[in-house]
Amino acid sequence: MSKRIDVTDLNVYYGKFRAVEDVTMTIEPKSVTAFIGPSGCGKSTLLRTLNRMHEVINGATVEGEVLLDGENLYGPGVDPVRVRRQIGMVFQRPNPFPTMSIKENVLAGITLNNARLPAARKDEIVENSLRGANLWEEVKNRLDLPGSGLSGGQQQRLCIARAIAMEPEVLLMDEPCSALDPISTLAIEDLIGQLKNTYTIVIVTHNMQQAARVSDTTAFFNIAGTGAPGKLIEMGDTDKIFSTPDLKVTEDYISGRFG
Amino acid sequence: MSAVTLRPLRSDTLTAGRLPRWSVPVAIVGSLLIGYLIADGLQESPNLALVAGLGFVLFLVTMEVATRLVEGRRQASDRRATHLVTAAFVLALVPLGSVLWEAISQGIGRLDATFFSYSMRNVVGAGGGAAHAITGTLWITGLAALISVPIGLMTAIYLAEYGSGNRTAKAITFFVDVMTGIPSIVAGLFAYSLMAMIFGPGSVFGFSGSIALSVLMIPVVVRSCEELLRLVPNELREAAYALGVPKWITIVRIVLPTAISGLVSGIILAIARVIGETAPLMIAAGFTASLNNNLLDNPMMTLPVFVYDSYAHPGSDVTPYLDRAWAGALTLILIVMLLNLIGRLVARRFAPKTGR
Ligand SMILES: Nc1ncnc2c1ncn2[C@@H]1O[C@H](COP(=O)(O)OP(=O)(O)OP(=O)(O)O)[C@@H](O)[C@H]1O
Ligand SMILES: [Mg+2]
Repeated sequence: MSKRIDVTDLNVYYGKFRAVEDVTMTIEPKSVTAFIGPSGCGKSTLLRTLNRMHEVINGATVEGEVLLDGENLYGPGVDPVRVRRQIGMVFQRPNPFPTMSIKENVLAGITLNNARLPAARKDEIVENSLRGANLWEEVKNRLDLPGSGLSGGQQQRLCIARAIAMEPEVLLMDEPCSALDPISTLAIEDLIGQLKNTYTIVIVTHNMQQAARVSDTTAFFNIAGTGAPGKLIEMGDTDKIFSTPDLKVTEDYISGRFG
Repeated sequence: MSAVTLRPLRSDTLTAGRLPRWSVPVAIVGSLLIGYLIADGLQESPNLALVAGLGFVLFLVTMEVATRLVEGRRQASDRRATHLVTAAFVLALVPLGSVLWEAISQGIGRLDATFFSYSMRNVVGAGGGAAHAITGTLWITGLAALISVPIGLMTAIYLAEYGSGNRTAKAITFFVDVMTGIPSIVAGLFAYSLMAMIFGPGSVFGFSGSIALSVLMIPVVVRSCEELLRLVPNELREAAYALGVPKWITIVRIVLPTAISGLVSGIILAIARVIGETAPLMIAAGFTASLNNNLLDNPMMTLPVFVYDSYAHPGSDVTPYLDRAWAGALTLILIVMLLNLIGRLVARRFAPKTGR
């Protein structure tokens, strides 16, 4: 239940503005890949092209190929809705549905897609997903209360539970801990460590230690200047990138000498 | 010496340099009293507005002086602003309160069982009621809402969710804005001539009135619903898309429920706005003294037209006609209030769940 992603010559545009230029990379299944780089270098943009969320924005377009186990996401006749059911996403800011209870939030992907399941199966999915997101113990007694009543960190884990309830092949996370305290952050990092046994995970982060702790592979992006497109500078084993990167810029960035 | 010299405190207790709390009510009463005395000297019988005006000016001056002396400049301007804003609010409430008071005191007398159960058929002079006008208003406005709400809401959904800045959306927005400015009499004439074209000249009936009201109501519904849909955070839409939910389900199951409480109150306000329209209904739905529950045949009376008719064409004994007019006006106000109340209840029932 996890697939490999091959990105080839990907260019991503907002209208005429090219935000990401010529990215080619491979994301291995059952591993954690971290995207790092200075603000505005196109990490979120690239991440959103991996499950066709980029085109939701007006005038946003993509050139190139993204292969999910050999199948091109941008091929003719591909339904973005089907892509997104296989590739889940967790956003920077927790965004539980305010009209739904905790339980309904976890089941949202299933009920909104009109899948009919027996109640027992639903309860099972809720429990498994919430356990998977390390949230079950905290909320098991108030599953019918609104999801927006949880703390920020709990809400973020609820969003993770909502994403994994769909049993996706790949899980994309855009700075999932940036709004969280160190304890919730640790909880989510632990969670990522467990989830990679089942899913392919891509995480964007500004936190070097976090990238070093959770990821197997790290990709470093950079921009030449404002208005210039972001590029993939270097990608490789996290251990190598953080100890002996091939390029000087990568080393400078990681050691905090710029950016 | 530091550049900033703080004014020395007059005393070292924390409450020093504050006017006591009773100072404001005392100043109000005192100023009004003095205002009354001055007005009494100026006029034969002192006029209420003059007393209030003089009293307010006196009050402002007294408070300004008192606060400056006791509390200092900053507090004085704070108080001045507070008093001016409060006065503006009270001033805005005066006409509202006066209208309510007038309608209640004049209308309550005829607000009896007869008023709600009899029409004006064969009634000359006292007695009779507005049953025909009340049912007419409910029928015509109800049908107008039934026409306008789906059209208006769907237009708003198109503008907020699908159109975003394309040409069609811009054209629709332009025409909606133009429609908002249509004088209501023109809407009545439009409905009348439309019906004349279809059913022949002189076709006056309830449905035609509903069409006229819809012309007025649709732009209001579109505008308020569009605003509310735009308030729904984009993050929620993206969260749904990221779960592989198609756009239309996202709109129906996520966006609309999140905005529902505002949508309901917007729609109810739009209904309240057209329910009191008189001119278009006079032309399109006509006058009658009898109960008519058929929207498609014969004129249908409505409350505003009933009020106008009772007031403008009284019999030889004027009083019962005027009493009925006031009772009709009061009924209309009560219906609008009831609508607002229902709107609030519905809104609260559907509001997004919050709290822990
Ligand atoms: N909706 C948008 N419309 C137009 N341009 C955009 C949009 N979103 C992002 N951009 C531009 O695309 C470029 C890349 O943005 P992106 O959000 O991917 O950066 P990022 O690497 O995620 O930065 P951060 O670390 O600050 O989140 C930036 O120059 C940004 O201004
Ligand atoms: Mg970003």
